[in-house]
Amino acid sequence: MADALISPAVGGVMWVAAAGLTALSARKLKEEMDDRKTPLMGVLGALVFAAQMINFTIPGTGSSGHLGGAMVLAVLLGPYAAFLAMASILTIQALFFADGGLLALGCNIINLGFFPCFIAFPLIYKRIAQSSPNRKRILAAAMAASIIGLQLGALGVVTETFFSGISELSFKTFVLLMLPIHLVIGIVEGFVTASVVGFVGKTHPEVLEMAAESSRSNQISLKPVIVTLVVIAALTGGILSWFASTNPDGLEWSMARSSENKALPGPQGQIHSLFSKLQEKTAFLPDYGFRKDKAEGAATNEGKKGNDEPWPCVSAGTSVSGLLGGAMSLVLAGLVGVGIKAFQRKKPK
Amino acid sequence: MSHHIVEVKELTYKYPDGTPALNGVSFRITHGESVALVGANGAGKSTLLLHLNGFLTPQTGSVRIGDMPLTKKTLKHVRQTVGMVFQDPDDQLFLPRVYDDVAFGPTNLGLPPDEVKERVMSALALVGGTHLKDRPPYRLSAGEKRAVSIATVLAMSPSILVMDEPTSNLDPKARRQLMHLLSKFEHTKIIATHDMDMVLDLCSRAIVLRKGEIAADGTVRDILNNQDLLDASGLEKPLCLQGCPICGILPAGQA
Amino acid sequence: MGSIGSSFFDIGHLDALSSKQTPVHRVDPRVKVLTTLCFIVVVVSFDKYDPARLTPFVIYPMAVMAIGRIPFSYIVKKLLIASPFVLFVALFNPILDRNPALELGLFSISGGFLSFTSIMVKYVLTVSAGLALIACTGFDAICSALTGMGVPGPFTIQLLFVYRYIFVLGEEAARMARARALRSFGDRGMGIGVYSSMLGQLLLRTMDRAQRIHLAMMCRGFDGEIRYIASPRMRWSDWIFLAGWGGFFALLRLYDFPAWLGRELGRLI
Repeated sequence: MADALISPAVGGVMWVAAAGLTALSARKLKEEMDDRKTPLMGVLGALVFAAQMINFTIPGTGSSGHLGGAMVLAVLLGPYAAFLAMASILTIQALFFADGGLLALGCNIINLGFFPCFIAFPLIYKRIAQSSPNRKRILAAAMAASIIGLQLGALGVVTETFFSGISELSFKTFVLLMLPIHLVIGIVEGFVTASVVGFVGKTHPEVLEMAAESSRSNQISLKPVIVTLVVIAALTGGILSWFASTNPDGLEWSMARSSENKALPGPQGQIHSLFSKLQEKTAFLPDYGFRKDKAEGAATNEGKKGNDEPWPCVSAGTSVSGLLGGAMSLVLAGLVGVGIKAFQRKKPK
Repeated sequence: MSHHIVEVKELTYKYPDGTPALNGVSFRITHGESVALVGANGAGKSTLLLHLNGFLTPQTGSVRIGDMPLTKKTLKHVRQTVGMVFQDPDDQLFLPRVYDDVAFGPTNLGLPPDEVKERVMSALALVGGTHLKDRPPYRLSAGEKRAVSIATVLAMSPSILVMDEPTSNLDPKARRQLMHLLSKFEHTKIIATHDMDMVLDLCSRAIVLRKGEIAADGTVRDILNNQDLLDASGLEKPLCLQGCPICGILPAGQA
Repeated sequence: MGSIGSSFFDIGHLDALSSKQTPVHRVDPRVKVLTTLCFIVVVVSFDKYDPARLTPFVIYPMAVMAIGRIPFSYIVKKLLIASPFVLFVALFNPILDRNPALELGLFSISGGFLSFTSIMVKYVLTVSAGLALIACTGFDAICSALTGMGVPGPFTIQLLFVYRYIFVLGEEAARMARARALRSFGDRGMGIGVYSSMLGQLLLRTMDRAQRIHLAMMCRGFDGEIRYIASPRMRWSDWIFLAGWGGFFALLRLYDFPAWLGRELGRLI
């Protein structure tokens, strides 16, 4: 999930959700007052981070994959600590590696942290495994939970991308791409999780005890958590969309909707009224003139995150002069950079 | 000064799986003494050390640090008095910068930021590590890590320093520097080690542990000259007391 | 294993860059975090058919990297390495959206192509801003910034721990992977059985280590309460940085600078 593929609204909503969950998990952990968890969470987080760098070959496909790790963490730490651990891993990855972005961090935390820790783990893994923890059950539980957790995460990615309206991939196509891949990854992850759990059960059973205790004592409060989150998300999404539609760009958006399907910039009249509206809003910069007689100026329309089907192809946001100006801007920016470097070279530091 | 006395009486401890670790260990260490705790691997040295700051509780017997018995209430105070340095500095340095690690102890004691800074800088100065204060631990050499981990403990101003294998993994020069550093400290020192040459250089007294019991407790000279004792406990004389490997001449005073 | 080693070396490299002393490095980390987030939100908010308006934004990462003495080539390399996923998704756009959107004399550019360009430009801008942030701020400064901005203590400590131990564990994992590779003849990758065993071993060592760290923490008075040293107060230069860049982004968002520039140039020619 990259920044370039999401809209601010989607990113913002997910951020709020992720932040809320983080605060909640932190508080729950404080209540538990088990200070052994602090170093354990940290080191396990580092381990999963490191493990994600090791590739293994997926049997049958010949391609390589790596561990997600959320399910292992959930079993070993309990859902709240595991969520924080995943969130920390994702944050570090967002900062240091170029894949995944800072705005998309919220989405990633929800996709890769919330779904496995707060949905797949309590609702699937625990149901199956905790009644009678023998090897077969653990394997089945780990498998089911990993698969479903990953599928939900993949669905999350598709939904977020779709609602952002930036990629042209249709929901169906994207789903068809993502889900099968993640099914295979889920199966593998299930195996690895199960064997790790078995291992830990033999060597450090008290850790499993500790985790089971924490999730047991907090089991009841999960539903209200989910409900609250959904409400927050809906509210935030609603507010953001409202805000977006009341800013000047909303004007262009509705104008664009009503314009012809034609891709070319519309007739002069439309442009004219748009520009004058813009100028009204920006009266304190009267010299920032758009030449009203230049026919090629296209409306800069900031279409908003399409929460409905992508509207019929509309007038381009960029005009020819936009392109020219864009190229010049790049050159200017480059000159700034070169200038600074030259200055630095002259001034030894 | 009675608050610097370490007194262990009839300490017995068994591991959770039943293996006996310590059996009736008793000794008394007074202020300023420099004591080496030696013994083969598995003799119980680390386990004994863990009793000295309350991490493990004896099943029978007692531990007194200074005037206080070790109980839940006195734990925090004891941990400030007894500074423990572990074998693997990576376990002791768990924050991203050296400064943060050294500041961890004083901050937890509730000291205000200015005083914390003072403590940190003086602790680092003591170990010769002031220039390391902004470094991340993974960019420290083994010797530097060792020095910094000692600083993390010194920052809490303990009166008793307990160390587990301080010279392990150090190159000769770093080892020499560490020994020089330790010789300057006036704290009571309890050092668990295999490094018999360091014991000879640094410590006045040695306690030999064998299979969870005290096999001997006396001056370093006496113990290191007792070949039978050393053999029975899985130990050897320090290299500097052993004969020259080439010409076979023994150092003065050896039989 | 080359990949593990190089990833950690990479983090270490970024970390080393962050210890330089330049005007950018000295700006309060909270300000830098906020400015970067603001930058990303504004960049991402542009319409997908409008790649040209994004171009002036390149000044921010460029200025930060130049003043912060962060090597451009390094950032470019990282951008290239991580681009495949975005590229893959973005490539669908010109394929699926062929409606012409812009006429350039004889050529007509499709909407899909425009949106593809805008996605890639956004990618370059947002990622380089993020990398510039970490390269001139340093991870523990960012963590103290986060604490100062209200992020819960347990999470910040978690970040610090993970960061601290990534190197230790990475090295252990790399050693194990190397040992395995030396004993597997032929170029086969690692099977799942071996992987699980390695993971299990690493896990054991990790949990033992966690116990020892816990011990070390207790010995230094840790009682479950996470206290973190607050970051220093902001100076007026920090506020200027924030206000200046923030204002700049807002201006660019509201006004189509490239179009205006192009128009003026068009008149001159």
